[in-house]
Amino acid sequence: MNFFEDIEVGQRRELGSFTFTAEAIKKFAAQFDPQRFHLDEEEGRKSLFGGLAASGWHVGSVCMKLLVADARRLAKEAAARGERLAVWGPSPGFRELRWIKPVLAGDTIRFASVVEQMRTSDSRPQWGIVQIRNTGINQRGELAFSVLGTGFVPRRAAGP
Amino acid sequence: MTTLTFEDFPPGRFGTFGPRHVTRDEILSFAAEFDPQPMHLDEEAAKLSLLKGLSASGWHLCSIMMRMMVDGFVGRTASLGSPGVNEVRWLAPLRPGDDLLLDVDVMEARVSRSRPETGIVMFRSMVRNAAGQALCEMVSPIIVGRRGDAGAGQGG
Repeated sequence: MNFFEDIEVGQRRELGSFTFTAEAIKKFAAQFDPQRFHLDEEEGRKSLFGGLAASGWHVGSVCMKLLVADARRLAKEAAARGERLAVWGPSPGFRELRWIKPVLAGDTIRFASVVEQMRTSDSRPQWGIVQIRNTGINQRGELAFSVLGTGFVPRRAAGP
Repeated sequence: MTTLTFEDFPPGRFGTFGPRHVTRDEILSFAAEFDPQPMHLDEEAAKLSLLKGLSASGWHLCSIMMRMMVDGFVGRTASLGSPGVNEVRWLAPLRPGDDLLLDVDVMEARVSRSRPETGIVMFRSMVRNAAGQALCEMVSPIIVGRRGDAGAGQGG
């Protein structure tokens, strides 16, 4: 993971892609969002979604999965360079989550993140606050998912 | 059972739902699949983290809130889905063994301009543990069908 000083507004990371199978969609929905259009193909076709659609929380959770995998890659690269590891603080939340297009069974979503805003914290000088826009684009190139997450990022000057 | 429609969601307190017990196993299982950070997976690493102990992924907590809403009312509502979430604030960690209650308020309800047979209901949901500590606040709209043929013939 990067320190605050390594981050710039506009910085973009490709997070990789994920294919939502009917099986995975139904499994997540049965646990967390058992609405008919997330559980059954025919009900999905009759709904506004036009097919078996992943729960929006499933899409967000997969985005988190890819963010964590990307953070691990960054940590590994930093370790290989012999650099100190930046451990991010727990996120206070997110805003502007948009489920723009339904994610239907068989869709492959490619996720990316872009740094939108960053500032230092007056009350906690060892931390910076970063706003990151995470997006998901489907195999047709359509923006399907977007969320603006907040992260607490350690400042390099704070430690030894 | 009657289906709840747009007319059943006037602004104000809608209800309190739960309790929902959260086990350590389900916290670990969600984290392993979607959010494999040490503070969600490993007791020892979690103790050293800022959250000072094992805690659930924030996305797990949001997903549990969704399930509590579906069990509480969305499952018997003429829900057409949701365009997104305005804001989520993670206020305190969800711990293994917590029992959750969800307070749901309707902030605003308005008829859709583009689909007048539906309305948009803006919910504010606050989840708290048995000690009464607020863990997460969510503001999110759901698109809900209107009663009977309300709005029919107005296009849409």
